[in-house]
Amino acid sequence: MSTKSVADPTRVSESTGEPFLVVDDLTVKFPTADGLVSAVSNLSYSIDMGQTLGIVGESGSGKSVSSMAVLGLHDAKRTQMSGSIRVGGMEIIGLSETRLRRVRGNQVAMIFQDALAALHPFYRVGGQISEAYLAHHPDASSRDARKKAVSLLDRVGIPQPDRRVDDYPHQFSGGMRQRAMIAMALANDPRLLIADEPTTALDVTVQAQILDLLQELQRDFGSAIIMVTHDLGVIAEMADDVLVMYAGRAVEYGTTKSILSKPQMPYTWGLLESIPEMDTDPEIRLLPIPGLPPSLLSPPKGCAFHPRCRFTGEVEGDLCFTELPPLDPAPDGSGHLIRCHLHDPAETLSRDNALKSEV
Amino acid sequence: MFGYLVRRLLSAMLVIFVTSILVFTLFFYGPSDPGLTLCEKSGRCTPERAALIDKALGFDDPVTTQYAIYVKGVFAGRTINIGGSAINCPRPCFGISYTTRQPVSQILSQRIPATVSIALGGALIFFPLGLLLGVLAARKRGSATDRMLVGSSLVLSSIPYYLVALLAYLYLVLIWGVAPTTAYTPITHNPVAWFTGLLLPWLVLGITNSTAYARFGRGSMVDSLSEDYVRTAKAKGLTQRKVLIKHGLRAAIVPVLTIFGLDLATLLAGTVFTEQIFGIQGIGREALQAIGDQNFPVISATVLLAAVLVVAANVAVDVMYSVIDPRVRLS
Repeated sequence: MSTKSVADPTRVSESTGEPFLVVDDLTVKFPTADGLVSAVSNLSYSIDMGQTLGIVGESGSGKSVSSMAVLGLHDAKRTQMSGSIRVGGMEIIGLSETRLRRVRGNQVAMIFQDALAALHPFYRVGGQISEAYLAHHPDASSRDARKKAVSLLDRVGIPQPDRRVDDYPHQFSGGMRQRAMIAMALANDPRLLIADEPTTALDVTVQAQILDLLQELQRDFGSAIIMVTHDLGVIAEMADDVLVMYAGRAVEYGTTKSILSKPQMPYTWGLLESIPEMDTDPEIRLLPIPGLPPSLLSPPKGCAFHPRCRFTGEVEGDLCFTELPPLDPAPDGSGHLIRCHLHDPAETLSRDNALKSEV
Repeated sequence: MFGYLVRRLLSAMLVIFVTSILVFTLFFYGPSDPGLTLCEKSGRCTPERAALIDKALGFDDPVTTQYAIYVKGVFAGRTINIGGSAINCPRPCFGISYTTRQPVSQILSQRIPATVSIALGGALIFFPLGLLLGVLAARKRGSATDRMLVGSSLVLSSIPYYLVALLAYLYLVLIWGVAPTTAYTPITHNPVAWFTGLLLPWLVLGITNSTAYARFGRGSMVDSLSEDYVRTAKAKGLTQRKVLIKHGLRAAIVPVLTIFGLDLATLLAGTVFTEQIFGIQGIGREALQAIGDQNFPVISATVLLAAVLVVAANVAVDVMYSVIDPRVRLS
C-alpha cells in the first residue's frame, strides 16, 4: 500500500538521511469490552528539525492517539501497536519503559491541552518544572533546578518569575498556566515538541500570544513541532505541513500552502467550509459536515468518509463503499497526497463551487 | 486558619453540649429506674431504702436541676453522698459509677490507654496495608492480581468481624497456641508484655479493616491515575514510582483520609468486639457493661467521649485537607 512509502513529496528540508521523526505505517488498536477499537491505521508521516507539522481532524480521528504514541504513552499491556516510530533514528515501538523514560520530556516533550487539568494541583508550578529538569539531569542540585524553572518561566513571559515560581497552578490565569506548561516542556531543550491542542481552552487573544510564543521558541531552539488541533486557523498560521486525519487514517497530507489553497479531498473541503471568513457575505450560512464521525469499533467499509460524502455518485461503480482508497499523489499534480476515489477532485470541487454560487 | 479553628472549636462545644443534654434527657424520661436498680444491687431492698437512694443521688430533683449539678461537677468537681459516705469526685466529674462508686473520670482514664493502644496499633496496620493493596490492585487493574485482591477483600469483609476475631482467638491462642495470650499491660509497665499481649488484636483488627481500605484505595487510585496530571508526569519522563506515588497517590489519598479519620474516631471511642473477645478492659467493654448495669454516669461519659472524638476527627481531617491540597482554604 502506498501509505507505507516514506518517500514524502512534501518534505521541504533537503537534509540528507532520515527526518528527525519518522512515523511509518503506524497502527494503534485498543481492545475494549465492546471490541477492538482501531484508533490509528497505517499512518505514515515525518518531520524535520525546525519544521512544524499540523495534524488536523475531528475528535476521535486518531490525532491525539498517534501523537501520544510517539512518546510511548500508551499502556503497552492494553494497546496493540504495529509499524514503526523512529525518533532521531531510535525505534520507539517496543522500547522498554526505562528507555522510553529517557526520551520522554527530554528529546520529545509534550504540551497538553487544558493546563489546569494537566498540571498537578497539589504541587507548585516551579516544583513541577524543576521536576521535569531533574528527571533528565540527575546530577543537578535542586537549587540549579529552581534557577532553571525561574529562567524558563521568564522565557515564556511570566512576569516576576522568581515570585510566581512558588505559586500553585490554581493561582495562575489560564494563559499563564499554558505558558507554564510550555516552560515545563522546554525544561530539557527537546528537539521535538508535540502540542496537543495547546490553545483550545484559551480565549482568542491569549491563543494568539501562545502561538507567537511557540513560533518564537521554534526559531530560537530550532526544534520540530507537531501541532495537533482541529482549528485550521492555527494550522494556517503555524504549520509547514498538514496531515488531515479521518477515522484513524491520513486522508490528505502535504504542504500547508498546497492543502489550504487546493484541498483535494471532500472531508478537507468540509473542514474549510465550516470556518467563517471575514470577507464573505454574513448572510451566507456556514456549511457543516453532515453526520457524525464514524465509530472506530466498526468503521464503514470502503472509504470511511463515504456516509458523509456528497460525491460518492461521481465515482463509478460502488468503489467508495467497497474499497479503501489508497493515499496517492493528487491527480492534478498539486504535489500532496490524498485518499479519495474521485477521478479529478479539483475539477469536482470547482464544479461544486460554481453550482453553489449560482444558488 | 486561626479563625477557622476557633469557629470549629465553638461549634464542637455546641455539639457536645447538645449531646450531653440529649443523653441526660433520654435517661431521665427513659424506662429505667436507677435508684431501684442500685437498691436491688445492694441486697435487702425496701421501698424506704430505694427512696433514700433516690434522695441521696438527687433522682427526685427535676431534670434541669440534675443537669445543672452534673455540669457544675464537670467544671468544678463535687462531693457525692451515697450510702452514708461522702465520695469526693474531682473535676472533671461525670458522676460516680453506681456499681463501684469510683468517679467515672477515674474509670475512663484507666480504660482509655487500652482502647487507644488497640485502635492506634490496628490503624497502623490497616491504613498502610489497605492503601498498599489498593495501589497494587489499581496499578495492575484488570489483571489476575487485581481480581484476586478485590475478591479476597470482599470475601474477608463479608464475614462478620466478631466471627473472625473469635475464630482467630480460638484457633491461634487456645487450640494451636501459636499466638501469645492476649491481655493488656500498660506500656509504661512492661513494653514487651504490652506488645505481645496486643499483637493478635492488632493483627485481627488491622487485617480485617484493611480490606475496606484496599477497595476504597483502589477506586481512588484508579481515578487519580486517569487524571491528566498523571499523564503529564509520565510524559515528563519521571520514573514509574514517582508517577505512581508522588503524583497518583498524593491525590488519591485525600478521600481515603476522610474515612480513616472517622474510622479512627469510632475505634478510639471503644473497640467493643475486640476488647470483649480478647479480654481487654477498655472503653468499649466498660460501656457494654455499663449498659447492662444501667450505670448511667458511665454510659453518658462514654457517649460524650465518642462525640468529642468524632468532632475532633472531623476537624483533624479538614486541617489535613488544607495541608495536602493547596486549593483548600480553611475559612
